[in-house]
Amino acid sequence: MLRNLKSPYWPLHLMLLPGLILVLIYSYGPMVGIVIAFQKFMPAKGGLFASDWTGLANFRYVLDMPDSMRVLNNTIIIALFKIVVGLIIPITVSLLLNEVRKELFKRGVQTLIYLPHFLSWIILGGILIDILSPSSGIVNQFLGLFGVKSIYFLGDNSWFRPVLVLSDVWKEFGFNTIVYLAALTGINPSLYEAAIVDGAGRWKQTLNVTLPGMMPIIVLTMTLALGNVLNAGFDQVFNLYSPQVYETGDIIDTFVYRIGLVDAQYGVATAVGLFKSVVSFTFISVSYYLAYRFANYRIF
Amino acid sequence: MVEHYTLGRKIFVGANYTVLAVLSLLCLVPLIHVLAVSFSSSQAATAGLVKLWPVDFTISSYKFVLAKPAFLTSIGVTLTRVAIGLTINMALTVLVAYPLSKEVGKFPYRTLYVWIFVVTMLFYGGLIPQYMIVKYTGIMDSIWALVLPGAVPVFNVVLLLNFFRGLPKELEEAAFIDGAGHWTTLWRIMVPLSAPALATLTLFATVGHWNAWFDGLIFMNSPDHYPLQSYLQTVVINRDLSLVSSADMKSLAEVSDRTAKAAQIFLGALPILLVYPFLQRFFMKGIVLGSVKG
Repeated sequence: MLRNLKSPYWPLHLMLLPGLILVLIYSYGPMVGIVIAFQKFMPAKGGLFASDWTGLANFRYVLDMPDSMRVLNNTIIIALFKIVVGLIIPITVSLLLNEVRKELFKRGVQTLIYLPHFLSWIILGGILIDILSPSSGIVNQFLGLFGVKSIYFLGDNSWFRPVLVLSDVWKEFGFNTIVYLAALTGINPSLYEAAIVDGAGRWKQTLNVTLPGMMPIIVLTMTLALGNVLNAGFDQVFNLYSPQVYETGDIIDTFVYRIGLVDAQYGVATAVGLFKSVVSFTFISVSYYLAYRFANYRIF
Repeated sequence: MVEHYTLGRKIFVGANYTVLAVLSLLCLVPLIHVLAVSFSSSQAATAGLVKLWPVDFTISSYKFVLAKPAFLTSIGVTLTRVAIGLTINMALTVLVAYPLSKEVGKFPYRTLYVWIFVVTMLFYGGLIPQYMIVKYTGIMDSIWALVLPGAVPVFNVVLLLNFFRGLPKELEEAAFIDGAGHWTTLWRIMVPLSAPALATLTLFATVGHWNAWFDGLIFMNSPDHYPLQSYLQTVVINRDLSLVSSADMKSLAEVSDRTAKAAQIFLGALPILLVYPFLQRFFMKGIVLGSVKG
């Protein structure tokens, strides 16, 4: 113990101490709290270990709920569409931006398309609810010019998922071009010169120099996106959905919120949350491992 | 060099500029529309006459919103939250990133500590357990419930840690030879050298605290403790009429529900729009890409 005090490391331990304590309480504490998933949890009994243990009863209960398969299905579909469209659009836009020679125009476009990323889903949700309104929304007014009947975008099960995917891509596509634009500037200019000497036109250059140059970063973002298979976007869905569209729009996170904090079925909600955490953890770990193995990507 | 464009190239360039211009406008027009609605009369807004410019220009919606005590209280809560939360976030980011940026040879416990922090990015205990821990630690319904659970922004720590590692080792070594300890080195060498990175992280943490809404909604017991975004969630998104007092109802005649919401949406976004030019300067330089080393 005395040797420890004289150790040259103690200032470093001391620096880490406050952060460590807070992380142990507020990040590791909830991991201990997972025990709630195996209990008939009653907050009034006090403490995480005071309630009766029920084994896997909560999990069996979830499996028997008619909603749970629907929720899982919605989550995966919404998340996958967001991942795929959310990769294609930013890559395309960064390629288009790369062809722009007027620096001022490029700057202007970047300024505008990065903006929605920084606004909360409360602000963007409020905007979407207003512009998509079936009675006075500007989108339906615009469609009305072409004789399209008013569409209740946020209340119609055939429209809700497309609206989620498109509005999510609308919020994030600009910001997500940053990574690809950085990769584009990293491509060696002599490769283009060589391609021109070989008689390659613009299209051939894009196909044979630009895209291969971007491949490592594309593969990397695709791999890391794997960790999001169960992240359908709580902030967005919670602020846009309503009971009419639970059928197509209710996702794991909103489900956990409702059964846990609204209906106070703590054990059941924790069980569903645990399922999501375990699956996500598996996917994130695998994706980080793959990224490390094949792209030599390390987070620290 | 003057490039001589073929016809195909000219068509492509024209189409390219058009597509990009349309995409940019798509990001801006919804915001302008809401702004226009907020400055229009209630009749014009209800009749759907407002497009991108106010109709019957009036500021009565803003007068109405800014006279609501609940709105002003929530701004106060948010400002407190940003001040306390930001201080804690930045202090802990610097204090955690420095030891973790050491090589294992210089700080053998580094690997253990790194894992302790990184695991929190990979595995989430879940909503209900987190709620219970906040309850057990006695911070429910106080400002601490909004700042302590996310006190260590691990992702920002990783960014700063990588930034520290990119700084020339010689500076640190020179400081140690001159007799400086870890605290002096961190405060006098590392922090000043990482000013641009710290500025970026400060802006990101500020935006994060300003935009956060869910924690306020679940950890605060009464709406007068809500931060702005949680308050907006209840009035703009949820249409919770219990929060609208009878005095509100009277003035709703001249200010429609729609224009009042538009004004609140715009006021909620305004600070972000104001810091946006500064934000943008930083990430345009690619500082935020510290973590993407592929």
